[in-house]
Amino acid sequence: MNRELKKLVGRTLKSQNLGVLATLEDNNPYESLVAFISSEDLKYIVFTTAVYTRKYANLKNHPPVSFLVDTRSNSARDFHECVVVTALGNAREIVRDERDENLRLYLKRHPYLEEFVRSPSTRLFRIRVKKYIVVSEFQNVSEFNI
Amino acid sequence: MSRSLTSDMFILSIADIRKEHRSQVGGKGFALAHLRARGLNVPKAVCLTTEAYRGFVVETGLDKKIRLEIHRKRLDNARWEEMWDTALRIRNLFLRAAYPQDLSRALREGLDDHFSGISVAVRSSALGEDSAEVSFAGIHDSYINIVGTEAILKHIKLVWASLWSDAAILYRNELELDLDRSVMAVVVQEFVAGNSSGVFFGKNPMDGTQSVVEAVYGLNQGLVDGTIEPDRWFLRRKDGRILTHTPALHTQSIQPSPSGVSLVKIDPKEYKAPPLTPKRIQRVFELGEEAEESFGFPQDVEWTFRKRTLFTLQSRPITTDSEDRSKDQKSWYLSLRRSFENLRTLRSRIETHTIPEMIREAGAMAKQNLSALSDGKLADEMQLRKKTYIHWVDVYWKEFIPFAHGFRLFGQVYNDKIQPEDPYEFVELLRPRSMHSLERNRILGEMAALIRGDETLARRIKDGRLKDVKHPEFQKLWKGFWEEYANLKVFDEPDTEAVERFSGLLLRLAESSPPQEKKKTGPARKPIDPELFFSKFIREDQDYARGLLDLARFSYRLRDDDNIYLGRIERQMNRAVHEGRKRLRQRFPVRYLEFSDEQIIKCLRDPEHTPRVMRKKSLRLPKATWQARQLRGQPAGKGLATGAARVILEDSELFKFKKGEVLVCESVDPNMTFVVPLAGAIVEKRGGMLIHGAIIAREYGIPCVTGIADADRAIRTGDSVTVDGFLGMVIVAPGKK
Repeated sequence: MNRELKKLVGRTLKSQNLGVLATLEDNNPYESLVAFISSEDLKYIVFTTAVYTRKYANLKNHPPVSFLVDTRSNSARDFHECVVVTALGNAREIVRDERDENLRLYLKRHPYLEEFVRSPSTRLFRIRVKKYIVVSEFQNVSEFNI
Repeated sequence: MSRSLTSDMFILSIADIRKEHRSQVGGKGFALAHLRARGLNVPKAVCLTTEAYRGFVVETGLDKKIRLEIHRKRLDNARWEEMWDTALRIRNLFLRAAYPQDLSRALREGLDDHFSGISVAVRSSALGEDSAEVSFAGIHDSYINIVGTEAILKHIKLVWASLWSDAAILYRNELELDLDRSVMAVVVQEFVAGNSSGVFFGKNPMDGTQSVVEAVYGLNQGLVDGTIEPDRWFLRRKDGRILTHTPALHTQSIQPSPSGVSLVKIDPKEYKAPPLTPKRIQRVFELGEEAEESFGFPQDVEWTFRKRTLFTLQSRPITTDSEDRSKDQKSWYLSLRRSFENLRTLRSRIETHTIPEMIREAGAMAKQNLSALSDGKLADEMQLRKKTYIHWVDVYWKEFIPFAHGFRLFGQVYNDKIQPEDPYEFVELLRPRSMHSLERNRILGEMAALIRGDETLARRIKDGRLKDVKHPEFQKLWKGFWEEYANLKVFDEPDTEAVERFSGLLLRLAESSPPQEKKKTGPARKPIDPELFFSKFIREDQDYARGLLDLARFSYRLRDDDNIYLGRIERQMNRAVHEGRKRLRQRFPVRYLEFSDEQIIKCLRDPEHTPRVMRKKSLRLPKATWQARQLRGQPAGKGLATGAARVILEDSELFKFKKGEVLVCESVDPNMTFVVPLAGAIVEKRGGMLIHGAIIAREYGIPCVTGIADADRAIRTGDSVTVDGFLGMVIVAPGKK
């Protein structure tokens, strides 16, 4: 079961370019849509943000985040076909040695974001995922730690 | 892309093109195939289908990058400078993207088969282009006399890029330019080095009973881009009888050269005869008739004679669109895209005639003692000066604005040769040693330094006694500054108030650190060696390369200095207005300040006249009902800075400018550059990477974002603003001071 579930999560994460990042601002939730990649072992989710954004400040102040990816198509089929994956974990800025490799992988997936990503005012972040919550077939909810 | 790509998937010989291929080969490719099938003499050619374009942009990810570029800003709000910027960036993306291996192999195979060692022309063939409904000749690019597969492949990319040229973006609605559907085919055609060439218009748009032939010696590129004046014949359409001939002076000709084509001087004595004999004109006419018969519409045909053989290079219908586009904004913009030769001629005129004349005119007006004139004479003088000013504004639009294309042309050539990572790298080579606005700031800096080092001087200025300052060095600087640079638009008449404002500015400049100690927020500049650019040209083209850089530098500098020259004329016009207004002070103690120029003239001429003053509309814009937090524009000056915003709606507000504030304005006029050394960052409504504000911001290493149309509504004076000059973003924190 766990293996199937992991496969489903992997497929879902690979199928989408954008996910919803939830951070905390003055104890209130704050969501942003970000372009991301995930690692093969599902342990990491990598995304970028400009340094003067609200989410950057939130991430610096409060690393725990929630990250949602789904396969909606905005049709009635969504109620039985849509898969929703929520990752819970801590986000931290990727610096120095780790940066180059993560940047390379990120740009491989999102080559059109090169100018944005390479800007000195853009930061690369990585979520170390601790838990995945998966919703499928409307109300089937499963979770696993990673 | 699969591994089994073959050249026949992307390349069709025009001999094999059939009706069903039309959507793959574009208008030009299809027309050539059609004419060839009818037996016309068309040079050997192949067509790269739209599949090749699609394969290239999808495989390289360019499709997504183009999407980002095109959606950077709503094009409906974009100025032509911004469209040019977009096109420049897209062109550079094409240049820098390598062909995917399989596509490259397939194309090479096909091109080698057909054109190994043969010189070719690489021409655009867009879908819908050259149809009877719309014809936008010159929107997409073509290149001639290209030799070698490598060079052909590079020029194919440039032709593809021209699908997104500035002109194409400008006419995007008419061309139905669409990110998902727009594709480009390319015609690769054996190059014919003609002895005389030209165009044939089956039907003269001004007189339907006539046809027109235009011809030049050599190749017809010079004719097409307007560099060379052609001989022109009007023919009777029904039988080709010559009605009139307008000969041209044959002084220049476009000839093949090792790197493409060059403009060559020819001796008019040797080339006395017209480029076509009556017999050849008849052959061109017959060719046009055949083309028309073949397509069913009058054609616009490009042809060339190589010795006795007549070749058809391309043919398109004369558009049925009867709307006169010659006067609209778009065609005005297209008229700015000038050739190197044309720009060189314009430079010579500007340098030897226009600028000296502007200086002379402003100088003569400055010498005139206005206070000695009678009221009537002063009214005449006011009118005359206004007329003079309007004349020079007209010259500004006719000569200076088109001349700004000089540095843009250089930018394009530089990027074609160097393919730099940063498409604006070329600007580094254009940075002038001196610019009027920078020179003015240097003098201001010197005055500020004197104040900084001399307490007595500082006190005097603080007490509002700037004009009584006895400090000889300061006095000299001040006098020179006021006479040479203080433009009336912002400094206004040298009255107490203006001097007071100016004193405040000087004191603030003195309080801020001297420019050399000022820490620049932007990254360090990478020096560019012009020799690297020159080294990309063959020996024969060295003069062209150097001449182009020289022209571009002059054009870049003039983009700023022209405003200063015009400002001097404006100042003299305003001086007369101030004199007139001053004379009405006694007659209308308070209201004299509100009179328009026309009202002042009337009052001076008629001592009984009492003008009605209309209430002035407030310049304050209505407050936005929304709150902006993050605004996206163009990154025009690299760096990051946060500061309190100072929104400039009126020139007088410039004098309130404090050190570290973020300058928010319509555009940084060269006459207001003096506050830039105080600014922490610049935000402009007007868009473009190469507009004055962006140029000055880069000179001072200040972050700058341009093209935020709502900047003066979304940002209020006092808001805390962060300017991200890397990404072109402005983050607003309202109310935070």
